[in-house]
Amino acid sequence: MHTWTLILLLLAVMALAYHLGMKRAITRVGGLKQINHLHSLPAYYGVYAALWAGIPALLLLGLWLGFQDHFITALVTAQLPPDLVAAQSAGQIDLILNDIKNLATGNIVSATVTPEIQAAATQFARFEELSTQAQWLAVLALALGGASFAWSRTEPQMRARNRVESVFLVIMVIFSSLAILTTLGIVLSVLFESLRFFELVSPLEFFFGTNWSPQIALRADQVGATGAFGAIPLFTGTLMVSLIAMVVAVPIGLMSAIYLSEYASRSVRAIAKPIIEVLAGIPTVVYGFFAALTVAPVIRELGAAVGLEVASESALAAGLVMGVMIIPFISSLADDVINAVPQALRDGSYALGATQSETIRLVVIPAALPGIVGGILLAVSRAIGETMIVVMAAGMAANLTANPLDSVTTVTVQIVTLLTGDQEFDSAKTLAAFALGLTLFVVTLALNVLALSIVRKYREQYE
Amino acid sequence: MSTTVEAMDKAMSVMTSAELASAQHSRETVGDFTAAEPRMVCRNVDVWYGNKQAIKNVSLDIGKNEVVSMIGPSGCGKSTFLRSLNRMNDTIVDCRVTGSIQLDGEEIYDKKLDPVPLRARVGMVFQKPNPFPKSIYENVAYGPRIHGLTNNKAELDELVEASLQKAGLWKEVKERLDQPGTGLSGGQQQRLCIARTIAVSPEVILMDEPCSALDPIATAIVEELIDELRQNYSIAIVTHSMQQAARVSQRTAYFHLGDLIEVGETNHIFTNPQHKLTEDYITGRFG
Repeated sequence: MHTWTLILLLLAVMALAYHLGMKRAITRVGGLKQINHLHSLPAYYGVYAALWAGIPALLLLGLWLGFQDHFITALVTAQLPPDLVAAQSAGQIDLILNDIKNLATGNIVSATVTPEIQAAATQFARFEELSTQAQWLAVLALALGGASFAWSRTEPQMRARNRVESVFLVIMVIFSSLAILTTLGIVLSVLFESLRFFELVSPLEFFFGTNWSPQIALRADQVGATGAFGAIPLFTGTLMVSLIAMVVAVPIGLMSAIYLSEYASRSVRAIAKPIIEVLAGIPTVVYGFFAALTVAPVIRELGAAVGLEVASESALAAGLVMGVMIIPFISSLADDVINAVPQALRDGSYALGATQSETIRLVVIPAALPGIVGGILLAVSRAIGETMIVVMAAGMAANLTANPLDSVTTVTVQIVTLLTGDQEFDSAKTLAAFALGLTLFVVTLALNVLALSIVRKYREQYE
Repeated sequence: MSTTVEAMDKAMSVMTSAELASAQHSRETVGDFTAAEPRMVCRNVDVWYGNKQAIKNVSLDIGKNEVVSMIGPSGCGKSTFLRSLNRMNDTIVDCRVTGSIQLDGEEIYDKKLDPVPLRARVGMVFQKPNPFPKSIYENVAYGPRIHGLTNNKAELDELVEASLQKAGLWKEVKERLDQPGTGLSGGQQQRLCIARTIAVSPEVILMDEPCSALDPIATAIVEELIDELRQNYSIAIVTHSMQQAARVSQRTAYFHLGDLIEVGETNHIFTNPQHKLTEDYITGRFG
């Protein structure tokens, strides 16, 4: 008797309740011919009955499934022989309980099976059996009870439509708050882990220190046992890579947007726009190895040809490729805002004898500028948060340098390296990842809020 | 009358294509379409949007120091005709203009002629006020700056002031020239657009229903302004309001389904229309 069978059964009861509720409403009002005397359409009475049958029963089932295990475990624990439990730590008791559960469900057991444990397992299985039976009875009874309650309430004057409406409102509110609560949960967990980090490392050192070397020694006698957590090299590395990316993406993206929206004929636009947008569909990992295996060697050889020393993993390679990745982002956003500039403004400019490029330069771009700036800010926050390309192409060395040909590392790269592999979860090293994540989150959030408020302000002007 | 139109439409639908071609030129313009001192001379103008003919064989002059109004029911082609006078139709894909349109004896659809300076000579005021999202000053200074009409800031200031004066807006805005033009009222915005047009000293000003987005008081002010502007410019105005046509124009042209039906002295058209369609329109029987 599986829970899924019960849920299917419950759905069947709901379907039945729907049908009966609809029938009931039609009968109460005196047949199909009188149907216009019903407050709501018959289907609403059906939905009303189905909701009464389904929702309380589902809630009960959910609660039951949530607490059944706790409850049975508590019962079994209470009945364990005292000599088995005595002088055992909480962890060891957990282990024994785990064995009991495994034994009851027929899984592999870690320790030898003593008669006491065997007895407890039998009891556990019996309790579970009982609980399931009671659960089926209670849930089905509640479903039928809900359906019959709805049945008895079904009157021609009952405002079934409005009631169904308010139930759906509540359901929508629950789901949307789930989304919000999840976000909140993520933020809070990152925040609390960061606070733990800042107990170990002072924020002053983290935000203003220039030495990043997060390795913590496994044994106390090792060299460099404490690690250094000055994040400045990471911030400058992130900034440099993002800056190079923007230097590539902003002019190309903007010019292509202007060309596509102002000059290109319809047929060119129909071909060129999707091609540019294909760039946005390439997985970042592909960009990553393109940067590491194609662009970086080319830059190194070019550098060697003119006598410059270029690291095999350079900020320049990562930034260039990231810029290419961001082009479609900027061009499609800029295209949107340029198209939103009313044609009347262009007409006004043409009617004064302005050429097309004068019109674009003096009227269209200034009018679209807030939107374009907003789009660029969104692109910057995208560049700062980008991970895969920099992991593969920018390197791991936390160099504090202004030379784009050098290897640098970014916040995202360090988060990846801090958290991959076997880690102690309460060392400063792993917790540092949360502090970096929080910093990243705050910066990109601020950029996004700023960008969206700029874009919104611009939209208000013309709509 | 409407039954006659229907009958004609029915007759059109059963014509062969050869007959249709000749039918497109079947409506002769009633009245004298020439002006005593013509500025713009249009002869046998056809305008096509793709395969659809929007203007059929229209001939009309716009004379010096006169206001010509173009009236007619919606979709009759009057705005299309107006927009072909300064080649604003060039921005519309698929739009073709044939026939002859001359400005001071110069063919404006000549391949060698650049439409950009032409539009400075034939200015245009639009239906909906469309000031640039710049300051009032910059709105007026826009054209002179592009064309390099002034040599220094003082001259530009002077030109901006003179243009705003002529548009009757100076007194209202002289204290706030640096405020955005979009912050003015609808009527003020339209006069700002007129000032902007005047600032590049056009010879002809085209107005496409300049008052249709304005309230009656703003309309009266703009109409008065149009009458004053006639002293220096030739004006062609498209309007939906027959009263407006009667108030501001010296000559009136009545368009119907792409044909120029009748043209003549304004008071003549409104008191003694020659063509049945004109009479029906101005007496309000359709349109």
